[in-house]
Amino acid sequence: MDVRDKLAILADAAKYDASCASSGSKSTRAGSKIGSTEGMGICHSYTPDGRCISLLKILLTNYCIYDCQYCVNRISSDTPRARFSVDEVVSLTIEFYKRNYIEGLFLSSGIIQTSDYTMEQLISVAKKLRTDEHYGGYIHLKTIPNASQALIQEAGLWADRLSVNIELPTEGDLQKLAPEKKKPQIVDAMQGIRQKIDETKDDQSAGLHPPNFAPAGQSTQMIVGATDTPDVEILRTASQLYDGQNLRRVYYSAYSPIPHADARLPGQSPPLVREHRLYQADWLMRFYGFDASEIVAEADQNLSLDIDPKLAWALANRHFFPVDINCASREELLRIPGIGARSVKRILGIRRHKHLRSEDLKKLRVAWNRAKYFVLTADHNPELANLDKADLRKRAQPQPKQLMLFDTRQSALTGEV
Amino acid sequence: MRFVKVQTFDQWRTEARRLLLSGVPPEQVAWMADEEQLSLFDSNGDVELPETQAAFTVPKAFLELAKIVACHRVATRWSLLYRTLWRLMHGQRHLLQITTDEDVDALMTMRKAVTRDVHKMKAFVRFRKVIDSDGRDVYVAWHRPDHRIIRLAAPFFSRRFNGMHWSILTPDESVSWDQTSLQYGPGVPVSDAPDDDALEELWKTYYASIFNPARVKVDTMKREMPVRHWPTLPETSLIADLLHTAPERVAAMVAQNEGFAETAMHYMPERIDLESLRAAVLGCQACDLHQHATQPVFGEGPPDARIVLVGEQPGDREDLDGRPFVGPAGNLLDDALRQAGIRRSDVYLTNVVKHFKFTEPTTSRGKRRLHQKPNAREVFACRPWLEAELSLIQPVAILCLGATPSQALFGRDFQVSKHRGEIRATDWCDRTMATWHPAAILRMPDQRRRTEMQQQLVADLTRIHHAHPPT
Repeated sequence: MDVRDKLAILADAAKYDASCASSGSKSTRAGSKIGSTEGMGICHSYTPDGRCISLLKILLTNYCIYDCQYCVNRISSDTPRARFSVDEVVSLTIEFYKRNYIEGLFLSSGIIQTSDYTMEQLISVAKKLRTDEHYGGYIHLKTIPNASQALIQEAGLWADRLSVNIELPTEGDLQKLAPEKKKPQIVDAMQGIRQKIDETKDDQSAGLHPPNFAPAGQSTQMIVGATDTPDVEILRTASQLYDGQNLRRVYYSAYSPIPHADARLPGQSPPLVREHRLYQADWLMRFYGFDASEIVAEADQNLSLDIDPKLAWALANRHFFPVDINCASREELLRIPGIGARSVKRILGIRRHKHLRSEDLKKLRVAWNRAKYFVLTADHNPELANLDKADLRKRAQPQPKQLMLFDTRQSALTGEV
Repeated sequence: MRFVKVQTFDQWRTEARRLLLSGVPPEQVAWMADEEQLSLFDSNGDVELPETQAAFTVPKAFLELAKIVACHRVATRWSLLYRTLWRLMHGQRHLLQITTDEDVDALMTMRKAVTRDVHKMKAFVRFRKVIDSDGRDVYVAWHRPDHRIIRLAAPFFSRRFNGMHWSILTPDESVSWDQTSLQYGPGVPVSDAPDDDALEELWKTYYASIFNPARVKVDTMKREMPVRHWPTLPETSLIADLLHTAPERVAAMVAQNEGFAETAMHYMPERIDLESLRAAVLGCQACDLHQHATQPVFGEGPPDARIVLVGEQPGDREDLDGRPFVGPAGNLLDDALRQAGIRRSDVYLTNVVKHFKFTEPTTSRGKRRLHQKPNAREVFACRPWLEAELSLIQPVAILCLGATPSQALFGRDFQVSKHRGEIRATDWCDRTMATWHPAAILRMPDQRRRTEMQQQLVADLTRIHHAHPPT
């Protein structure tokens, strides 16, 4: 099997990994000759599924001794298998990088022999890139479940970002679908990375020069829809990870990569819309000051599929409105449906010099058809009369056709609501 | 009216400064686009504006904005910049913050277009490797930006590809890096750029493989990767074909979708006790093994046993008798139990997999049923039975016989040869140990080694027998 055949199999096997970010490392490693990281990631290409290609995202091998039910590479699946050598991955990364095809490498793997053996292989790819090739571009290593803490620490020396997959939202879900993965072990691994990142930062602020340790932080991925765990549980788990482990990102990945229609949303694909709603909710927790427990308004503990979670919250909390655009606090402005964090920043800047009218908000390109029911402006806003009407949900809801445009990968990137 | 011709930001800056100091309002200045010839009525020389060093300060944010907007191709950029500068210096110091202002909005839109173009250049430049006359690798790209941004973007490439020799060619201007400095040169037509690189086949392979045919979003792709850039992006030649074959690939994905495996959870009785379990296992069809086996073989022994022994699966004799460990391996185990001072009737004996798995090759002596190792799917499907047995009995110690039960309880990368005889805690019991399977001892061809393994089995049984519950 030549490199091209392996690449076809091992890229195909990696395509369900949601993470695509190549951002977060603010400065290029000292001594690098090829490659840079300057904070912002770059998308070098786009595939017809609307997703960006930023990293060379591959598995070292898709052979695996585990049998996780949600995974295409589980031992009992009859998918075609391949294995790269360390040198093959190093060379592919460097050659792609030199032609400006990619921002860096995202390397994961099925488990061969033992967890530690597999982790060692991943580390040696990253180490070779850094030391032999003087490569300064982005590297994201996925840590292998049950690998020893010492190996994970070594991986952090060479990688920009480490990730430990939480896999499923609850311990019960893990027991059901991936009995060989244990939540305490997963959380311990994250904790270990967090401590090391904190130590490195402390040393840096004390004026020391400690070796790099995962400067772009750590992230995780959660499969949703494989069990019937409701969104409120998923968001609670995510919130704990953000607070407890200081994660940069939680990625949500719909269990079924195949869109299928559902009676609840004719002609649409609930797994993908759900993924999109979770990203929106995630953004509300991180940048809009919402708490996990207040985001889910529905009785069944799941996010509404037909409207975004911020609008759903506003509809359920109408006593909070109207919000006066010209004197409300930042926190209050952030809660207005259709107005994003960037617009809030601009509004705060402009209103020091002039009173904002509804045409000003339209010029700022806020989603006026949602925002108009909830804001007081310097001019008369006739739509406010609808705030207490029973059919507000119907009025504020976007046309079903627009929903088709949602791109969940885009929402993973921006999550603006 | 004054006519002023400028080409670069620095020229504009010099002119704007002179005009501002002379108090020339924006409506009296005609900024000439680069390509326009000064007309006959050019009156630039009419009044000499003072060459002055008199200082005034412009907000830093404006200068940064102006530098970027200056790269925009639209002809009105110079006049828009001067009008904004004029307003900033005449009582509207905070103008830039009022993004709803028409001029500011126009500038912001232009800035966005230029920075986006720079970003797209960083993304879409595709180098091709060529060998130059000195035998060195040189990486050359041809790119067509929307605006005149090469000088904004070049420093980024010099940092990123610091250790390479490279050139980026555009219709307006070109730039080269020799690992020390950037050199700018004239524009170059696309026909002068290298037309191939062998590595592009690999890149296209990657592009095609990372595409998920189940999610087709052509509009998003075109918005982010505008079609006008496609001619210089090798991977885009695949797009038509990928879209064309997407529906059949999705159909294949749906057909191959294995879904969740069924497990014995489906067959659990309502009441969980050993007798109900033993009855329920008769109906288990969680995997295909039930189709060929005679009957399932459930565990056997007292419900309050201190020790549970877990084997792999029933063998030929067990399958016929319906009881665990009654064949040749069972005999060997009985011997070992006796030597360890354990009564067989005191321990609970069971297997990870409850049905016999075998192949049936025809040999000289007719058909024989040969044991076959259960696969991960079968172990996974059967596992709930064992878990139910263990949670009911709550033994003081568990002894796993061989690799299959050891890996089921300790984890998939457990190796019996390395960790035999070690007592460890598992989810089911604080004292769990792995040892040889009696059948493995029977199959060992080396007599000396066989005896040794037998002794180890007895020793492990003895240790487990004397294990005490934690006090």
